[in-house]
Amino acid sequence: MRCADGSKATRFWNLKVTDRLTHGRRMMSLVSAQSVNKVYRNGEVEVAAVKSADFEIEPGSFVSFVGPSGSGKSTLLNLIGCLDRPTSGDLRVVDTDVAALDRKTAAAFRAQHIGFIFQDFNLIPVLTAAENVEYPLLMVQNWPVARRRKRVGEMLEAVDIMAQADKYPDQLSGGQKQRVAVARALATRAKLILADEPTANLDHTTAYRIIDLMKRMRDEFGSTFIFSTHDPKIMEAAEMIFTLEDGKVGPAERSESHG
Amino acid sequence: MGRVFKIAARNLLRYRRRTLLTTMLITIGVVAMLLFVSASGSFKAMMVGQITDSMLGHLQIHKKGYVSSIDSLPLTMNMKGDVARKIEDTLDKRDNVEAWSPRIKLGAMFSNYAETTSIRINGVDPEREVATCPDLRDRIIAGETEPLVERGKILIPELIAKGLKVEPGAAVVLVATNKDGSVNGINFVVQGVLEGISGPGGRDGYMHIDDARELLRMEDKEISEIVVRLKDPKKLEQALADFEATLSSLTNQEGKPILEIHGWEKLSPFAAIAKMIDLMTLFIKIMLVSIVLISVMNVMIMAVYERIREIGTIAAMGTQPGSILQLFIAEGLLLGLLGAAIGTLLSVLIIQVLQKAELTFSFGRQTGLVLYPVVQPADVILASVMVVVVAVLASLQPAWKASRMDPIDALRHV
Repeated sequence: MRCADGSKATRFWNLKVTDRLTHGRRMMSLVSAQSVNKVYRNGEVEVAAVKSADFEIEPGSFVSFVGPSGSGKSTLLNLIGCLDRPTSGDLRVVDTDVAALDRKTAAAFRAQHIGFIFQDFNLIPVLTAAENVEYPLLMVQNWPVARRRKRVGEMLEAVDIMAQADKYPDQLSGGQKQRVAVARALATRAKLILADEPTANLDHTTAYRIIDLMKRMRDEFGSTFIFSTHDPKIMEAAEMIFTLEDGKVGPAERSESHG
Repeated sequence: MGRVFKIAARNLLRYRRRTLLTTMLITIGVVAMLLFVSASGSFKAMMVGQITDSMLGHLQIHKKGYVSSIDSLPLTMNMKGDVARKIEDTLDKRDNVEAWSPRIKLGAMFSNYAETTSIRINGVDPEREVATCPDLRDRIIAGETEPLVERGKILIPELIAKGLKVEPGAAVVLVATNKDGSVNGINFVVQGVLEGISGPGGRDGYMHIDDARELLRMEDKEISEIVVRLKDPKKLEQALADFEATLSSLTNQEGKPILEIHGWEKLSPFAAIAKMIDLMTLFIKIMLVSIVLISVMNVMIMAVYERIREIGTIAAMGTQPGSILQLFIAEGLLLGLLGAAIGTLLSVLIIQVLQKAELTFSFGRQTGLVLYPVVQPADVILASVMVVVVAVLASLQPAWKASRMDPIDALRHV
């Protein structure tokens, strides 16, 4: 995996702590977008889903992309999550040029650095809550069993779902499923957690609890959380808000509740 | 790898009814194949054993051209005594030969002094004949069995015994045309009655080879054929090639080989039936492959279609395409293994029941043949390997499709 300049993409995270500090002076942003465009072709018609996006997201942030349906939130999250590549512009995630990743290296990059939380939870129905959290450690990163079990226990404790560890997704409530999803996203200690409308399928009380949980996890593990929402109250929980309208990303706003 | 199979097994259990139906289909295919192979194989083995062990031996050596005119049993096409001795010396030196037996074949008139009929006779050396065709003695259904045939006595086929109402101990006369055209007749006593079986020579009588020479007034120790029993019948083709190469040194004045060697398959019409059985077995195997291919592929295509979002989720998490491929192939493999295991178990049970039931059937003029199906380990292994390999092949395309899926498209799928 290489950046546009030919250097190794994951070099920052491979550096020693002291070197990271030095390196950090040159590279502060976890996500950096400069003139990023994403154009889809829908038959004969070209659709610009993201237009000249420029933004920076620092490590440890709690960020929200807000906007109405079709404003390009999901497309932007897909680009940041290395599930898609920009049509033009420079998008760097964890010091890696997203456009330079092919299918396999993108998968490996996501496995190492990115966790996902989905609107519909997307837990694997044949696995228990604990096994769902274990999945990325086992199937993606192939950790040894003792280390895996320890981490699963820690994560289930962290999201307060230990009592439901052996239950299957269809035996869990929506809030419990999303807690499991949060634990799964964080199990590998991903630096970046992307959540596309994580509260859309939850009632308000549960939705706020999930957002609180995500923030607590950010505080506990230092991961950066980026989530999309169109719910103004949920949006207020973010420390930094980017508003999207017709694919254009507005300037970063500090949430009032966070000064 | 265990983790992949664990998830695959749970996914199969998730769609219990579909998994059950597919497994049942594969099971039926395996049972059909193993039952057919065991029943037809046992029938074939029994018939081939009967033909080779009581009549034809595994291969026969004749003077060139004899077999094409064997219906008239031409005495003029016998092998001379010196040629026979050379062949016998050669056979004695071969490691792959268990026994050999010289025969004089002749046609004669058989009379019980009241009625007359024609009869085909094999003049044999009793000890050599028993060593070469060990089941011949078992075909004696009336009369003495030890020795196989004494001097001055004759074994007659069942049909003649019944037709002319001749029993063991009865005096009969045989009249045969000699090589020079003269006719000779000798009195014999019926030693026993032989059960008739299907195939050439199945309704022949037997007498001592010296009696045959006396009846035919042969001075030279000429013979019509030498019957050979191999130590390993499965190596028949190899033995045929070996003998042909060795005995081709016996040539006529023009330098052409004077002998011809035939395996039992060339001498018995049952070989065509055996080939038909092999063809039907192949057809059954093709059917099994088709059943497994279609059923597993159908199930796996459905599985991939129904789990598109799941595929998108695990792909988004960073699961490599190879691992997604493994997950779906493992499901196909487990389906194949399950079907093969249940099918084999069920087949073995049914075969045991059939063995105990001792069902009888008729073949040609033979009645009361007992169907005793035996399943060979090689057949079980072949069926299982076929099922598992085809199940994996059938799941390859859907698994490949799943592994190549775009995560965004997959996550958007409703």
